[in-house]
Amino acid sequence: MSNVFIAFQHNEESRPVVDAIVADNPAAVVVRSPGLVKIDAPNRLQIRRATIEEQTGRPYDLQQLHVNLVTLSGHIDEDEDQLTLSWKH
Amino acid sequence: MNIDLQAREIEPLRHTYAHVARYVGDDKPASRYQEAIFGAQPSANFHYRPTWDPTHEIFDASRSKVVLADWYALKDPRQFYYASWSMARARQQDAVESNFQFVESRGMVDKIPDALRHKAVQVLMPLRHAAWGANMNNASICAYGYGTAFTAPAMFHAMDNLGVAQYLTRLGLALDDPAVLDEGKAAWLNDAHWQQLRHCVEDTLVVKDPFELFVAQNLALDGLLYPLVYGSFVDDHVALQGGTAVAMLTAFMPEWHDESARWVDAVVKTAAAESEANRLQISAWVQAWTERAQAALAPVARLALGDAGGDALDEAAARLAERCRKAGVRG
Repeated sequence: MSNVFIAFQHNEESRPVVDAIVADNPAAVVVRSPGLVKIDAPNRLQIRRATIEEQTGRPYDLQQLHVNLVTLSGHIDEDEDQLTLSWKH
Repeated sequence: MNIDLQAREIEPLRHTYAHVARYVGDDKPASRYQEAIFGAQPSANFHYRPTWDPTHEIFDASRSKVVLADWYALKDPRQFYYASWSMARARQQDAVESNFQFVESRGMVDKIPDALRHKAVQVLMPLRHAAWGANMNNASICAYGYGTAFTAPAMFHAMDNLGVAQYLTRLGLALDDPAVLDEGKAAWLNDAHWQQLRHCVEDTLVVKDPFELFVAQNLALDGLLYPLVYGSFVDDHVALQGGTAVAMLTAFMPEWHDESARWVDAVVKTAAAESEANRLQISAWVQAWTERAQAALAPVARLALGDAGGDALDEAAARLAERCRKAGVRG
């Protein structure tokens, strides 16, 4: 078992994304360092558009998260509704 | 000489203001929305009661029959504070602006059949005055309501209504001569189709209970008016008969209504869930004002859609009843 992670700049735009990740991935661990929020999760981490929209009450385009994305590790599976990191091919 | 640069994390002693932490805890940083809303309502140390209303304090929760232990419970699911609200609206303004440019640069107004253009102007121009009434009412909710969570978005909503009135004005100027604005006002004041709606809007202007006004204006009246006019009339009727330009120029309204309906529903749901007394009181308001608004909009529906108007209004009423049911009140 190995971790995947994703890190965002710590600001108002990334806050609902981080909250959504925590809601969808119970095993995720949030590490807040100055200016940066890094989220580690064992094996798999999923970001769902629907959950972010629940947080904000407004439509969200998943591409918006790239504005605040700093770094990530894992293989990416991405479409309009979700972005999943895992080590599966 | 070597200089060793190290990043060192300094754990802040406090994550947010004490008055915000009382509501959200101090274990993680509070969001800007929480910092803008929680603890912002003035609540103590008023020296005098207002001379214009000596039975209440300046900010007084007892102006409403709805009783809440904590008015900060009426959170806005959109989490609008000034910056996020104005940025969201600026984006929508850009979209509408480019719609206006698109319509004007391609002469799309000239391609609308004349009869349809007149019908659109006839139905939409008097609604500037209904939108102004909604602006006044939401400003009143902000002034006399209690709790920043409830009053701040009401002020945003008031400005949004002003925006709707301004888009309608620009639509009128794009479709026809400036004289249509005066004709719209004359119809609002004198034309028999509009008198019941005007009567209804003017009656809401003097409602004293801010929560009743919220239900009357934002849930009942707008909950019927927007689906009827911008859904059934503009999108399903005018657009299909060659008036796509009208639908493009009013694109903001249905989008805004769907968005703000989430806030309206959340406020009603939270307040009704607090106690049985609240639920009964809100249900009574919903029923009375929905009935009133439906009767007031019947002549407008006929004016807009002819014989199909009745069905369109019933459809809007069914959608509103469904919203009320989800919010836990009887519609």
